[in-house]
Amino acid sequence: MQTALLIEQLLNGVQFGVMLFLMAAGLTLIFGVMGLINLAHGSFFMVGAFACAAVAAATGSFWLGLAASLAAAAALGAIVEMTVIRRLYARDHLDQVLATFALILILSEGTRWLFGSFPLYLNIPPELGGAVELPGGVFYPVYRLAIIIAGLGVGVGLYFLIARTRLGMRIRAGESDREMIGALGVDIGTLYTVVFALGAALAGFAGAMVGALQSVQVGMGEPVLILAFVVIVIGGIGSIKGAFVGALLVGVTDTMGRVLLPPMLAAVIGPAQAAGIGAALASMSIYVVMALILAFRPQGLFSAQA
Amino acid sequence: MSREAAFNAALAILLLAVPLAAYALDEPFYVALATRIAILALAAAGLNLALGLGGLVSFGHAAFFGVGGYVAGILAVHAFNAEPLFGLLPASDQMPVVWLVAALLCAAVALPIGAISLRTSGVYFIMITLAFAQMIYYFAISWPAYGGEDGLSITVRNAFPGLSTANPAGFFVVCYVLLMAVLALIWRIANSRFGLALQAARQNEKRVAAVGIRPFRVRLAAFVISAVITGVAGALYADLNRFVSPSMMSWHMSGELIVLVILGGTGRLFGPVAGAILYVLLEFALGGVTERWQLFLGFILLGVVLFARGGIVGLVAGKVRHG
Repeated sequence: MQTALLIEQLLNGVQFGVMLFLMAAGLTLIFGVMGLINLAHGSFFMVGAFACAAVAAATGSFWLGLAASLAAAAALGAIVEMTVIRRLYARDHLDQVLATFALILILSEGTRWLFGSFPLYLNIPPELGGAVELPGGVFYPVYRLAIIIAGLGVGVGLYFLIARTRLGMRIRAGESDREMIGALGVDIGTLYTVVFALGAALAGFAGAMVGALQSVQVGMGEPVLILAFVVIVIGGIGSIKGAFVGALLVGVTDTMGRVLLPPMLAAVIGPAQAAGIGAALASMSIYVVMALILAFRPQGLFSAQA
Repeated sequence: MSREAAFNAALAILLLAVPLAAYALDEPFYVALATRIAILALAAAGLNLALGLGGLVSFGHAAFFGVGGYVAGILAVHAFNAEPLFGLLPASDQMPVVWLVAALLCAAVALPIGAISLRTSGVYFIMITLAFAQMIYYFAISWPAYGGEDGLSITVRNAFPGLSTANPAGFFVVCYVLLMAVLALIWRIANSRFGLALQAARQNEKRVAAVGIRPFRVRLAAFVISAVITGVAGALYADLNRFVSPSMMSWHMSGELIVLVILGGTGRLFGPVAGAILYVLLEFALGGVTERWQLFLGFILLGVVLFARGGIVGLVAGKVRHG
């Protein structure tokens, strides 16, 4: 196999991983700070993509759409937190699973009601069209490269937000002792709403960016949500660093598995069967990685509790 | 007779009498609806053993449901075409054989999944069981031999000795009797030493360990039994629809099973039956009024979680009394 193809697929894996990181960062933050398992996170991904596609179609500008996706996902996140999620913090995980599962039904069906069952299409902004030549003679789409850079930028921003700002200090304090920071005069309710809206906005941002690569449709958030769960389980729930490492691991494993497994199997069992079995094994590969990691480190790679 | 026992008996009689009356009045649709209720109740009863008694929130039980379904589908297709399995074994279209194979295969799948997942607890356990179910789901989608994403059609429903399963009432009675037998078994389990250890491990793991019982082994056994019951229900479900597809294993199905258990009343013997009756009737009633029924189902579920804890059985019979 040519090196150029391998590099291209590796970059695709990193791009996928970066997008998973945006989802996983919000999920792990919400779990770390509020102890809430949020199945509806994939719905914010979907809402972001729909908001971007609708606004971009109406105004002709992808950038306005991107801004709209952030605003829509954050606003919806804040509303959902204030009406429903806030009642679930004291409940057990079972109630949280069920309530957020109900939210998925509501948000998916509501989106279908608003936009219809047909997928929307979102074009790549013209500024980021075309391909760029990387060192080594590899041509790579500018837009995918932009996703990688934007995702890394968000990662760095998130690190500074949490490690260096007052809000980040409060978030970290909320993770370790919720009653104590309440006693110190921090308004926990508002803090939780802000964290939830921040997580929702990250998911909406990811949805908008990925929306230009695939069709924007109801249910698009669910496969990503489950992979994001795998990511935070691998990385250790509550850890942003773990989410980053886990996301890249899952993104690259998934993409490279699809590219490498079928030809490797073809050498052993013949090309006809290898195509089917290779595809089956490739889609299972990330779960195998997860099972292996958990068998040795049940709390994930970078457990926040440890 | 306590209120819960009376309510359970009423549910059992209702679930038998209504479809038989419908059959006598020549309304086969309602018989099929009741069969669906009985099968979903059976699947949820399996989950209830792990989730309700053991406190193991498995978000991956659809995998076992689907494995059972595929066993029924694959055996039916092989028996219909008279092709031996793996080129060696003759396939059987007799339901008892199908159930046995489904049970054994589900146990074989659940054992490693449970052994790895039970190393963790809480939210990790939820997500890991979900991830394993997704793994099997993607495997079913990309494995082309038995239909892949398109699923597998069953031309002739598997047979039960001495009964016509093509007759809706005959098939319903098979499902109903199996459901009642399994509920009786679960009742026996819940009151056995094993069941008490399982419930105790849910309430206080350390004390159970202190009296010399390893919670891990008790939980693993419960997880496997639970998977087996759900798997057999899956085999019946495939026979009911004469169709099996990866969507039986999707995480929506896992969510639906949890919904059935909680709607009925977590850990209550007839909770899954009450939950399945309410869920299927809601789906039927709302589906008749609006094609957006999932939206309203979502709001109803949300209302149940936020305001009506304890499910239907809890509403009727009050809280569980710890003697």
